[in-house]
Amino acid sequence: MLTFDPWNMLLLGLATGLVFGFLLQRGGVTKYQIIVGQFLWANHTVLRTMLTAIVVGSAGVLAMHQLWDVKLHLKEATLWGNILGGGLFGVGMVVLGYCPGTGIGAIADGSRHAIWGVLGMLVGAAGYAEAESWIRANILAAWTRGKVTIAQEVYVSPWFLVIGLAIVAGLVFWWLRGKDVPRTTA
Amino acid sequence: MGTLLTRPRWSPFLVGACIGALSWITFGLMGKALGTSTTFVTVVASLQSFIAPEHVTATPYLAKHTKIDWQFMLVIGIFIGALLSAVLARSYKVERVPDLWAWRFGPSKAKRYLAAFLGGILVLFGARLADGCTSGHGISGGLQFAVSSWVFFASFFLTGLATALVLFGKEGRKHVNV
Repeated sequence: MLTFDPWNMLLLGLATGLVFGFLLQRGGVTKYQIIVGQFLWANHTVLRTMLTAIVVGSAGVLAMHQLWDVKLHLKEATLWGNILGGGLFGVGMVVLGYCPGTGIGAIADGSRHAIWGVLGMLVGAAGYAEAESWIRANILAAWTRGKVTIAQEVYVSPWFLVIGLAIVAGLVFWWLRGKDVPRTTA
Repeated sequence: MGTLLTRPRWSPFLVGACIGALSWITFGLMGKALGTSTTFVTVVASLQSFIAPEHVTATPYLAKHTKIDWQFMLVIGIFIGALLSAVLARSYKVERVPDLWAWRFGPSKAKRYLAAFLGGILVLFGARLADGCTSGHGISGGLQFAVSSWVFFASFFLTGLATALVLFGKEGRKHVNV
């Protein structure tokens, strides 16, 4: 019943994960208080990391897409799913203090409560699988725009967005400079 | 190089740039977009395929996730990579009840573990409903400027801010101990 990807894909996946996990831990985002601190607007590590990753990633991936026809992997805009799912995700992420990737990394970093979080995630995955047929028919199908980018939806060049986001990110970083709440004792 | 490998915390800009560059490799070399949360369905479907194979066959969402794929290995890699990083930097630290949580909800382990478990259910159910998490939507979808991903980003950030305010209040800011 179980099938497997070719071994070279499995190895590449493992190598990518290794680097990703290393970066997450080294960046501090496997720490509960760094993540919850972002949502309390006390520590901006998460925003700095994610915005930088998106800006750097977008320029390279778009260039490769245009120069060498590297394929994009857009997820379908099932907007009620994106909105409601994102909403639940935000609540859960603050209650748990981790997202799926950082939760796994947090266990490796010594967080014992993250183990319970990951067990909860498995239950959440199982629950979603049972409800998926109904959700697909009633929520996902209700409002869909297909696999679209913002550039397609508002008729601008994707480079406009890449450069625009780089500028916005720069302004956000400048605005947030020195705004992290200093180390305190709880 | 030796100092960088053992320095316990890297700048978020350096880490972000490296994650961005990592996405060049997954898109360019592997023809894939980095993601995480589907693997939790793969684990559940694979386990159920041993216990209740007929249920897996009858449930389309389980049936299409019985492949041990590159992303499954990526999640294992995250664990090993984070462990390696923590050991190299000597920053591995056992945490049962975080300071911020203890300040607001007390030192009970059971209470914290139960909250983590319930939070985990919401995280993965939400991620699957939205068709992605902070990696698949947040980073991979975000960098492609996918409509789905930026809607997800806005939605989870807003409810996250609201939840943090409800759980910890404005006073919570003073108790973030990092």
